[in-house]
Amino acid sequence: MSGLLEVCGLTVELPTASGWVRPVNDVSLSIAAGESLGLVGESGSGKTMLSLALMGLLPPGTRVSGEASLATEASMKQLTALSAREWRNVRGGEIAMVFQEPMTSLNPVMRIGAQIEETIRAHQPKLSAKEVKRKAVDSLRRAAVPEPEVRAEQFPHQLSGGLRQRAMIAMALAAGPRLLIADEPTTALDVTVQKQILDLLDGLRRELQVGLLFITHDLGVVAQVAERVAVMYAGRIIEEGPARNVLERPLHPYTQGLLRASPTLKRGMLTPISGAVPQLTALPPGCAFEPRCELRRDECTLAVPGFRIVGSDHAARCILV
Amino acid sequence: METLLTVRELRKTYRRGGGVFSQGTEGARFTAVDGVSFSVSRGETFAVVGESGCGKTTLARMLLRLIEPDGGEIRFEGRDLLTLRGEELRSQRRQMQMVFQDPFASLNPRMRVGEIVAEPLTIHEPGLSATERLARTTTILGRVGLDKDAMPRYPHEFSGGQRQRIGIARALILQPKLIVADEPVSALDVSVGAQVLLLLQELQREFALTYVFISHSLPVVAQVATHIAVMRAGQFLEVGRAEQVLHQPKNNYTRELLAAVPELLRV
Repeated sequence: MSGLLEVCGLTVELPTASGWVRPVNDVSLSIAAGESLGLVGESGSGKTMLSLALMGLLPPGTRVSGEASLATEASMKQLTALSAREWRNVRGGEIAMVFQEPMTSLNPVMRIGAQIEETIRAHQPKLSAKEVKRKAVDSLRRAAVPEPEVRAEQFPHQLSGGLRQRAMIAMALAAGPRLLIADEPTTALDVTVQKQILDLLDGLRRELQVGLLFITHDLGVVAQVAERVAVMYAGRIIEEGPARNVLERPLHPYTQGLLRASPTLKRGMLTPISGAVPQLTALPPGCAFEPRCELRRDECTLAVPGFRIVGSDHAARCILV
Repeated sequence: METLLTVRELRKTYRRGGGVFSQGTEGARFTAVDGVSFSVSRGETFAVVGESGCGKTTLARMLLRLIEPDGGEIRFEGRDLLTLRGEELRSQRRQMQMVFQDPFASLNPRMRVGEIVAEPLTIHEPGLSATERLARTTTILGRVGLDKDAMPRYPHEFSGGQRQRIGIARALILQPKLIVADEPVSALDVSVGAQVLLLLQELQREFALTYVFISHSLPVVAQVATHIAVMRAGQFLEVGRAEQVLHQPKNNYTRELLAAVPELLRV
């Protein structure tokens, strides 16, 4: 295993009135330096909870088991075993995150530059004030923010949605993390701005060789940014493989259904998936997608299907594969 | 085909700034809808596509006079909507209903689903007996794919897709001729959004509905529209038959929007 991030059997459990539920259930994935993995799922699939687990931001009272390790300069860091103090160095310094809504993630009463400087100082306390300032402006420039010196002196409300997201990306990358988690970073943006942000993230990933975990519900977006794609359903990854294979020759009936349900510019190609995502408190005993699956068989209800592999690197949790 | 809705030179201007925290910007005007004209025939789906802030929602709301236009003309079945008052306006309004974007915000959380769906009937057909009202409510709920068990329950007990169905049932119970749908699937998951789009198409055929469909998404619009208007900064830059706008766009901005749509397959 030579990956940057190696997740193995990661499970997150939350207490609810009707017992423990698993929003993240036995998830394994890996990301190499400079590689992008697209994590696709609908609401309630567990994709956001997985990203919070990787950032050490799970709500109190959650139980975590399994492994998630990150290769840093000095050693392999076990993310599931970090103390609150250790997390302070890893978060922002090694793993950074960009959220969906830049306006709610930025401090509205602090200048953009000062917010980025705060991140840099937290991870490089020995730098002089002048150097910190220069680095902050550099990071804005790297995120293709026009007139970075001017923008650094402005407040979030003075920036457009697209510029705010660029500022967020600048801030996330300011302390030189190895892994960037982007959770629906373009969902709140117009389509023309979305394209610019996707191009920016793609360029920065290659240039800086950061690993990118890109979380989205939009298969079209994932096709633009991801080299590999993992599809999540009811807490589990149900298909994983190279983006091209997963999007052009999907193995799992859920992935196939999701593709047929995604609107494209061609008319009349739309077929919805019947039913709705199951509640985590009432998962079916076998495959979680079985009640909605057109190809279901009796065996599907017996046990949760394991991964079956096609070719060298394309796998799905379905007995029909 | 017979024209149902004609809009001429519709205009809406807002005052920008001038609030408590503004400094010397009083009197600055911002034109949200800037002289928009179009007409929609019976049975058509007229889609208005544009990015945030282009004025599409203001336009949608003006069509139902939920926002008062500053100028222009709206004719529904030939009648000038902007001159109607009181009872006349109310009776005209039952012919035109709205489906909203956010099924979480647009349903009263303290009303039961049965009450939410039947409310338009109690307002517009007060003479109806309780039995008849119940029968009409059950029928329309069934038609949008909800069981009558849904009636005593509250909106929070339903998923986003089911809530959007409740909103559609409420809009349809008066058997309107025109539905203005403002981003009806953009808050929904992909698999559920597709269900709602297909439902809207089925209902259109069954009840001979005419749609004005507002969306930011060209792929969504491509599924349902017979005609598309591309809107930017309060104006229509291009209006035409859906196939023509999608496949032979004349306007540069339309081309830009089409090019920015993330393609499912990178070839």
